Amino acid sequence: MRRMKLVMVGNGMAGVRTLEELLKLAPDLYDITVFGAETAPNYNRILLSPVLAGEQKFAQIILNDRAWYETRGISLHLGTAVTNIDRRARQVRAADGTVAPYDRLLFATGSIPIRLPIPGAELPGVLAYRDIADTEAMIAAAATHRHAVVIGGGLLGLEAANGLKARGMEVTVVHLAPWLMERQLDATAAGLLQTALEQRGLRFILGRETRELVRGGKKSGGRVAAVRLDDGSELPAELVVMAVGIRPNDALARESGLFCERGIVVNDTMMSYDPRIYAVGECVAHRGVAYGLVAPLFEQAKVCANHLAEFGIARYLGSTPSTKLKVTGIDVFSAGEFMGDSQTDDIVLLDKKGGVYKKLVLKDGKLVGAVLVGDTVDSSWYFQLLKDGKPVSEYRERLMFGQSGLGNTGHQGKNRAAELPDDFEVCGCNGVCKGTIVKTIKDRGLFTLEEVRQHTKASSSCGSCTGLVEQILASVVGGAYQPVLNSVKPMCRCTDYAHEDVRRAIRENRLMSIPEAMRFLEWRTPNGCASCRPALNYYLVCAWPHEYHDDAQSRFINERAHANIQKDGSFSVVPRIHGGVTTPAQLRRIAEVAEKYAVPTVKITGGQRIDLLGVKKDDLPKVWADLDMPSGFAYGKSIRTVKTCVGSEWCRFGVQDSTRLGIELEHALDRMWAPHKVKLAVSGCPRNCAEATIKDVGVVGVDSGWEIYVAGNGGIKAEVAQFLAKVKTGQEVLEFTGAFLQLYREEARYLDRSVHWVQRVGLDYVKGRVVEDAASRQALFGRLQEALRDQPDPWAEQVRTDSAEFRAIQLDSCQAEGNRDERMAENLPS
Amino acid sequence: MSEWLKICPLEDIPRLGARVVRTAQGDVAVFRNAEDELFALADQCPHRGGPLSQGIVFDRRVSCALHGLTLNLDSGAAQAPDDGCAKKYRVRLDKGVVFLNLGA
Ligand code: SRM
Ligand SMILES: Cc1cc2nc3c(=O)[nH]c(=O)nc-3n(C[C@H](O)[C@H](O)[C@H](O)COP(=O)(O)OP(=O)(O)OC[C@H]3O[C@@H](n4cnc5c(N)ncnc54)[C@H](O)[C@@H]3O)c2cc1C
Ligand code: SF4
Ligand code: FES
Repeated sequence: MRRMKLVMVGNGMAGVRTLEELLKLAPDLYDITVFGAETAPNYNRILLSPVLAGEQKFAQIILNDRAWYETRGISLHLGTAVTNIDRRARQVRAADGTVAPYDRLLFATGSIPIRLPIPGAELPGVLAYRDIADTEAMIAAAATHRHAVVIGGGLLGLEAANGLKARGMEVTVVHLAPWLMERQLDATAAGLLQTALEQRGLRFILGRETRELVRGGKKSGGRVAAVRLDDGSELPAELVVMAVGIRPNDALARESGLFCERGIVVNDTMMSYDPRIYAVGECVAHRGVAYGLVAPLFEQAKVCANHLAEFGIARYLGSTPSTKLKVTGIDVFSAGEFMGDSQTDDIVLLDKKGGVYKKLVLKDGKLVGAVLVGDTVDSSWYFQLLKDGKPVSEYRERLMFGQSGLGNTGHQGKNRAAELPDDFEVCGCNGVCKGTIVKTIKDRGLFTLEEVRQHTKASSSCGSCTGLVEQILASVVGGAYQPVLNSVKPMCRCTDYAHEDVRRAIRENRLMSIPEAMRFLEWRTPNGCASCRPALNYYLVCAWPHEYHDDAQSRFINERAHANIQKDGSFSVVPRIHGGVTTPAQLRRIAEVAEKYAVPTVKITGGQRIDLLGVKKDDLPKVWADLDMPSGFAYGKSIRTVKTCVGSEWCRFGVQDSTRLGIELEHALDRMWAPHKVKLAVSGCPRNCAEATIKDVGVVGVDSGWEIYVAGNGGIKAEVAQFLAKVKTGQEVLEFTGAFLQLYREEARYLDRSVHWVQRVGLDYVKGRVVEDAASRQALFGRLQEALRDQPDPWAEQVRTDSAEFRAIQLDSCQAEGNRDERMAENLPS
Repeated sequence: MSEWLKICPLEDIPRLGARVVRTAQGDVAVFRNAEDELFALADQCPHRGGPLSQGIVFDRRVSCALHGLTLNLDSGAAQAPDDGCAKKYRVRLDKGVVFLNLGA
């Protein structure tokens, strides 16, 4: 079959990203030809700012070098602008006379910086700030001249000014509006920003218009020498940078008769009015909007590639852009309707001296805008809330304190990336410092959190430093960084479906095994990966109790071996001790086993039971047999412990028998698999010695009954449990708890702790299903009981079946055996 | 030492799983994937020595049980962007029996 011809005009960020996405989907569909007016290969335009500031070399910001095109068989014409498009003949003509026919044409011509139509605008020394040629000209000017004026105090203008200052020039920014970045910041935020920049030596003239650029004398060779403002004053300037805005570069498209407004008009598939012609990037007008930041353009690229690949399923629905300034050491974020008006409800925090300003704009109980200066660690959380449009009134009073309002652990409580030195350890789990993260982002051209995790390991373990890492990423790539929307995130790279889609498909189509689910949902990989297989296995366990045949090979080793793997490859054994109550006989047995198998460490855990650490895998079944106690599931995404306090049986304050209720709960929930681990606690009075308020379900005895709290967490990020309901009897506690946990089991995503799930769906929803609707509660509890009915204890099961999982093959013995076996010996290959 | 040592019948290694073979040169992990292809690597992750035999097998790869490094079973090399490599051994299937060669 003849391959179709794809011609791309414009070799910039959006266009090449489209090709990358296309080649992933359909590597062989097209013969591709690319024309780029610039002589440089595709580079990371947003990092021109650090190049200007001298923090990076141009070579470091190249995204796709010539070899990239060569190995993919793409014919590349650099320094060659396309000058004409003949849509009837379906071919393009370039400035050097090259003619290229096409079946599909892709416009990715970016935009053109606006030049003020004032006298002197054409003088030498007057530049825009758009490409590497401009940047090099600015660097050259900085080496030989002293005064620079930047016209325009927007994102680009400030980054230019900062870079020129770093190169030793005296820089003044002239800005027409009464404050800087007026399209992204309010007056207060801009004021703080201005102060911070002034402290670095930049000067600002606000509310003034530039009238004329004045030519220098003979000695200057006719170069610009000064800037004259509308009040008649003059500023010396041997370099003038105009950063007053951009407009979509759609001239060529217009000439070829394509319908354009402010940009080439495309539909939701990125197709122009000519079905053979697609367009992406800044040259495009989608639903009347032309975007000027990378993140939305990359979304367009993905959709466009999907259609070019003839998959035909993606749609681009527009983006909510957010803004971040890339001036090293200054954190600024803004998104949405940040100004606020008489209709909105604004929450403001201002610390002038500390340089911190936060403004959250709410409308109808939802977050619609945010501005952050100084401390932007929660920007992605706010941005997510803003895009999701979910009600936030429930935690309105906590909103300002961010997602980390309650003590994340592991990075010394720091939450401002800007003030951290390069050797500051950001990720406590993997020992990754700030400097390493910044360097890797720059050197490797990373854009997403996922990529940073892969390349540096930062934030890839416990995740408590995610906010900081995101902030660092944002400070390097600016607005190009956009957090991934949770609601549409695919399960993993093996599929495009989100967790919810997969769960629904399994239920509705009675998918009964992992291979069946993968076939039905058209998994991209033959047998998934280490991230989707355990999730699928759990979804099947939950959907088809008693019917589904558990797939041990899709479980993480801990669950496969029913014990926690340790760093030396040995395992730990934690038997169940219901409610933390044991007996001398039990303790004696544990002690004997520990001695018999020379267990190196015996430890009381934080979950009120005993851990035998350092058991060899081969010994596990024997240890279990000798212990003759049920598994404590300390290794599972499952019920862990029910902590209790002494309660009314002994304690002088106790008003309820918490120990007994805890034991009953632990029996009732025994062997329950869940999306993540589940911990409970029961306290006998509000003194709460069992710490019930940081558990997935916490029960607190009061004189008249029990209070039930849910969705607490005491781990990486402490979360106080929220009040669910108050009930009279222990039986009711069982039913409410069971119903809550079954809802969590049925609806949460794999690896969501209960708190993450409740934060997403809202406590009101949970109350609706568990508290207010008795029939729903009973049905949920019924399904849980049915699922847990007759579940065998995994240790007893292993002792009974003696599966090979736990036995290593001893080379010597099997050789000996082999020698005895004539038939096998004959078959020995040479 | 370049002889083929008989290990076990194929069924003794779970599909998408592994068995550990104790040898004089240390533990060797023998993997079996969904297509019944066999691979053998030293049972030591290049990251921090985790037992690769305990990982999750998919495609022609294994994800280490301790910190999730992914290794190519073909070569023992870690998947980019990580680096490191586990020693690889030859392994073959003959009439339903698995043989391992500990030689170079
Ligand atoms: C043994 C124990 C520490 C101790 O010696 O006391 C422990 C040990 C481990 N914890 Fe823990 N945690 C232990 C109580 C806790 C507690 C306290 C509690 O349960 O009351 C917490 C905070 C409460 C909570 O979870 O909300 C706790 C929060 C974590 C976390 C963070 C969870 C989170 O959602 O933020 C992890 C990481 C994870 O699960 O992904 C973790 C993971 C681990 C792992 C499983 C790490 C691992 O993957 O190998 C450790 C296994 C060691 C082993 O082999 O036994 N452990 N861990 C405790 C076992 C209790 C038990 O009897 O089952
Ligand atoms: C200094 C600077 C800093 C920035 N910082 C950020 C930031 O922090 N965050 C962010 O999100 N965005 C930032 N941006 C904006 C971002 O770089 C652009 O949104 C993005 O590059 C646009 O991609 P594009 O492919 O649409 O256009 P471009 O990347 O501009 O690519 C268009 C290409 O087409 C070529 N071309 C045009 N006409 C023709 C023709 N007729 N024939 C052949 N080739 C042609 C052009 O020469 C150009 O190379 C910044 C931009 C600049 C200049
Ligand atoms: S037991 Fe828990 S806190 Fe201690 S090192 Fe292990 S995971 Fe960290
Ligand atoms: S030891 Fe294998 S990933 Fe760390």
